[in-house]
Parts: sequence; C-alpha cells; structure tokens
Amino acid sequence: MDAILAQLLNGLDKGAAYALIALGLTLVFGTLGVVNFAHGALFMLGAFCAVAFRQFITTETVTIDETQLSPWGTPLEVRTPMAEQWFGDWAPFLIDYSVPISIVLAIPFMLLVGIAMERGLIKHFYKRSHAEQILVTFGLAIVLQELVKTFFGPNPWPQPIPSDFRGAADVGAWFGMQAGAVTYPLWRLVYLLFAGVILGAVFAFLRFTTFGMVVRAGMADRETVGLLGINIDRRFTIMFGIAAVVAGLAGVMYTPLLPPNYNLGMDFLVLSFVVVVVGGMGSLPGAVAAGFLLGILQSFASMTQIKALIPGIDQIIIYFVAVVILLVRPRGLLGRRGVMEG
Amino acid sequence: MDIFRLPRKDVITLALFSIVVLTMPIWLAPLGAAYPGLMQQFAIFAIFAVGFNILFGLTGYLSFGHAAFLGVGSYTAVWSFKLLTMDAIPALIFAIIMSGVFALAIGFVSLRRSGIYFSILTLAFAQMSYNLAYSVLTPITNGETALQLTSQDPRIIDMMFRDRLAGLPSPSLLGTSLGGYGGFYLCAAILLVVFFIAQKIFTSPFGMQLRAIKSNQTRMSYTGFNTRPYTLAAFVISGMYAGLAGGLLAVTDPLAGAERMQWTASGEVVLMTILGGVGTLLGPVIGAWLIKYMENIFSAFNARILADLFSWLPDGVQDGVVLVSSKFVGEGWKLTEGLVFVLVVVFLPGGIMEGTRRIKSLFGARRANRSASKEQLSTTAAE
Repeated sequence: MDAILAQLLNGLDKGAAYALIALGLTLVFGTLGVVNFAHGALFMLGAFCAVAFRQFITTETVTIDETQLSPWGTPLEVRTPMAEQWFGDWAPFLIDYSVPISIVLAIPFMLLVGIAMERGLIKHFYKRSHAEQILVTFGLAIVLQELVKTFFGPNPWPQPIPSDFRGAADVGAWFGMQAGAVTYPLWRLVYLLFAGVILGAVFAFLRFTTFGMVVRAGMADRETVGLLGINIDRRFTIMFGIAAVVAGLAGVMYTPLLPPNYNLGMDFLVLSFVVVVVGGMGSLPGAVAAGFLLGILQSFASMTQIKALIPGIDQIIIYFVAVVILLVRPRGLLGRRGVMEG
Repeated sequence: MDIFRLPRKDVITLALFSIVVLTMPIWLAPLGAAYPGLMQQFAIFAIFAVGFNILFGLTGYLSFGHAAFLGVGSYTAVWSFKLLTMDAIPALIFAIIMSGVFALAIGFVSLRRSGIYFSILTLAFAQMSYNLAYSVLTPITNGETALQLTSQDPRIIDMMFRDRLAGLPSPSLLGTSLGGYGGFYLCAAILLVVFFIAQKIFTSPFGMQLRAIKSNQTRMSYTGFNTRPYTLAAFVISGMYAGLAGGLLAVTDPLAGAERMQWTASGEVVLMTILGGVGTLLGPVIGAWLIKYMENIFSAFNARILADLFSWLPDGVQDGVVLVSSKFVGEGWKLTEGLVFVLVVVFLPGGIMEGTRRIKSLFGARRANRSASKEQLSTTAAE
C-alpha cells in the first residue's frame, strides 16, 4: 500500500510537467491548428529564465577594501552580489528564492517570445501541411536551443531549492499511516500544487471569461466566429503566448528537480507529443489526463518488482502505451470526433 | 536486359552522377574535404537520404524514426564481424535483411495511421529501440560503451581459413583491406547501385502508384486500389536503405552505438532530404553532402580561421564580423544548420533542387522569349 502511494506521488510530479507541456501543445493545436515541435524549446527557455535570473542577481562586484586585511595580509576583497546593491537586506531572501521569484520575469518574457514566434514565423504556416509545420518548428527548436547553448554553454545548471522547501514531507502520516512510511520531497509537492494552480487557472480562464468563451468558440468554428466580426486571429495569437507562458512556467519550477541544459526541451518534447496524442489531439482535458496517467504509469513501471517481471518495461512503457492507444483508439483517450483522425 | 533500361534522361543523370561521385577525391580537395573518412560519410548518408526519400518523397509519409533502422544495420554488421567473418559482403547483406525485417514489423503497425500519427508512431518505435538498446538489450548492444570488436571474437568463418592474429582485425572486402580510399570506393560504388535502384523505382509503375498515394490517398482507395501493400513496400525498401547505410557505417568503422538510433539522428535525415529537395532523386544526396560538409568543416572553424578569412575588412569591422560569425561556426554550427533549415522550409519548400529549377526556368523563360524554344518543358521535368 505505501509502496503504491509512493509510486503514485512519484508519477504525479513527472505527470504534472507532462501535463503542463501537453496542455500548451494542445492549446496551440486546438486554436491555430499548428503542430508545434518547438514547444519543448519553450519549456527549456522558461527553465533558463530561472538560470539567467539567478546568474544576474548573484553577479558579484569586487571592491578592494584597504582598511581590512584578509587572513594572508592582503587588502580584503569584498564581494557583493548584484542583489545586495539593489535590494539591500532583501538580498539573501531573493537569492534563496530565486527560482520561484524568476516566475515574475518568466511570464512577460515567455509571453513576448510566444507572440513573436507566432507573428514572426508560425503565422505563415497555417495553410501549409502538418508535415511542413513539423519541419519548420523542428528547425526553430534547433535554433532556440543552439542560441541558449551559445549563451549558457552545454553543461547543466543546477538550481537550488528554496531553503524552506528542502527536505521531505511525511505524506504517509497524512493518510493515517505510521510516520516515515511514505516520504516525499517537499519541492515536488510544491511543483504538483503549482501545476494544479496553473492548470486550474487556464481552464478557468477558458471557461469563465468572455475572452475564453470566444477562444473556445473559435476552436469549434473559426470561420463563423470570424464572420461575427471578432478578430479571432489576435485572440489565437494571445493564446499562443499563454501556451508559451505555461510551458515556460513549467520549466522554471522544474529547474530544481532537473538541472536544465540546452537539450532539455527535446527530451520533454517527444514525451509530451506522445502525451498529446494519447490524450487526443485538440482535447485539453485529454492532454492533462494523459499527462498524469503516463507519468504515473512510468513510475509504476520503474518499480523493481515490475521490472523483474518484464525487464526494460520502464524504458518503453510510455511509447508502448502510445502505440497501443493509437492503434485501438484512433482519436486518443478524449479526442473529439473528426479532429485529426486518419 | 530490360530491368537495366532507363529513360535517356535518367541515363545521363546517372552517368553524370557517377562521374561526380567517383571524382570526389579530386573536386573535394580544394574544398578541404577530400579525406576518406569524410567522403565515406558523404556516400553513406547519401544512401540513407535517398532511401528516406523513397518513403517521404514518394508517399508523403514523414517518418521520424528512420535512425532506428540505421542503428539496427550497424549492430547487425558488427555482429556479423564478430561472429562470422570480417568480410564486408555478409555484414552488409545481414544488415539489409535485419533492417528489412524490422521495417516490416514497424511499418506494418505504423502504416495503419497516416499524417502526424504516423510520425508519432515511428518516433515512438525508434525511441523504444533506442531506450532498449541502452538498457535491457545491453548483452546485444553493449549499451553505452557501444558494440566493438574484440580480439576474442569467435569469427567462425575467418578462423577456418587462418589463425588468430594479434591485435584487432579490420573489415575487408574479399581479402582486400578497406582502409582509406578502399572504404570510400566501396561506399561510392554501393551509392551508385542504390541510386540506380532509386531511379528505377521513381520511373516504375510502382513509383507512380506511390506518388498517387501522396497526392490523393482517398481517391486511390475509391478506385479499388489497396494502398497498404504499396506504402509498406516503400517503407521496407527505405528501411533497407537505412540498414545498408548503417551497415556501411560499421564497415568503415566497426563500432555501433545506440546514439545512432536517437530521434535527433532521425531528424537529421529529414533535414537532409528537405534541404536538398523532397521527392527529387538528386536532392537528398545534395542535402546529405551539404549537411555533412557543414558538420565537419564548419565545426572545425575557429576564431583564428575566421580572422584570416575576414582579414580584408577594416580592423574594427573585422573584429565585429569575426565575433558574430564565430557564433555560427565551430561549436555553434548547429545554429547555422537550424537557421538554414528554417529559411529553406519557409522560402524554398522544394529545397535546393527547387531553387536551381527556379533559376533555370528564369533563364529558360528569357531564352524562350527570344526563340520560343521548348526549354521550359525540359526544365520543369528536371527530376
């Protein structure tokens, strides 16, 4: 029982990342009809927002203080991080919480990147075939990740967890088990909650705002909405920006769990595409459900008992499930009838 | 012999192509690329791209998992070296058969769906093979260390004829060693053969049927035409091409690693094909050469070479130009590759072949204006 709970939780946080990326992919596909292979690169860009923010606030300026001496008799070099000059007493807090705080930076940045990408490139590919969309966004993904590589180099950048969230939560105790039976890293729990909030916000935005209503109407029948005199293209562009923000935030908060390097996006992209296809192209609930489902399946498959039963299953489970689903249920789990069946 | 007959135009293409391929050591010398290792890669990846194009160019099915067949070919060839003999011929034959079997199985399943689902399915299968090759199949693939020859390999057939020598043997062809130019000429000869086969496929009724599937599959089925066997045949053929290329990689360098099967490797052959021109015969070859050239030559560039290159510029400007361009070569050559690729897809969807065709028809139109010749007709059919 406790092993199952532990695996369930393990799967949930990975599933949360899949779900967030897949949600963005589906949003883009559902609104603009574009298959975006550069979406993983947006996830990676978000992660590097956190890296860049931390690099910036910890940039040290060195001043030589003649009055004090270092232990070996030379004038003492005083190193002050950028944050201290700017924010004074807040600096330690700022540096400690650099990852969550960089969200503030990531939101406008990702929105800008998303809108620039849509207006600059993807706009021209609405009418072209899906194969061409895949190709151009694949090329774009290469360009983005290579750009990041030129600035940040090929090595991963580990980011610290804020000190208050280090350590593990005794999840087992919450469910009435004995203390210490199931523990779970606190930051993963934070990530899970964060993903829940973002997912809820996106769904609420689409569900309860006029803007969201128009977007949903546009997803169902773009032409009619356009005929009603609504500038649906602009709204879809904004949705692309929002999808980029969602991917970016998923990336920001994931940095303490997995040190990002320039290749991070590609690794997640393939999986999240599989997630989207399993959930059903164009279905938002499907993408989220499939994200969590596959995350959990993957973590169960990596249990030693199951690996002993079927060796190698943890490596292929996601792809295997995808193949099976695609063959027996062409629309995916929750896909709408008639959308991308073929 | 009827099967060797080709339309006149194709015979000329083949002849010119043979000359270009076989004289590579000469005309690549001024470009700084005339060393056997690189030219072997040119030939091998041209084979890979030509094969990929038989599937993607003719039927329009975009496979994102073709590198798996390349990897299977490599592993099979290395195992043939290890178990049977160091001769290249059985290694290549086994590589083709093995990858053909794999392609048959994967294609049989994947071709139930089309469009993006087909791409995802092939991608899923390729990633499965890659992950398995890295983990559970380590006894077969040797995992991260890559499959290599050892001096203790059985090599049954070789051992029947001669004694075990000290040191590692190297692949050979009927007794002649395949080091240096030997390896290149083997790859080049095979490239010519498979190019000829691709030409045959393009001009055959089978090729015509594949093109019809690309242009309108629904109509094909409505006319009572079962498309599945044809697409499957195309898939298997292109998988065998990939396996052959993988086998040749192992012949020129008897080492097979799983990273050859990763999906980025599959993406690379897509890039080659698109860059050169989808659906054309020569396009994928040119694309493969360009990308391999860029990969090997650009990545060797450094700031000093660039400074020499731009030394004719005024001093201040030179530093700026060198600084900016250094981001695009050396370590950053992939950035150039990505940019070129995006530009090609945006502005020149038909790749380099379409570019040359446009230039040709530009001149053709001028000439046609002057003499009303039929130049245009022949340029539009320049495939």
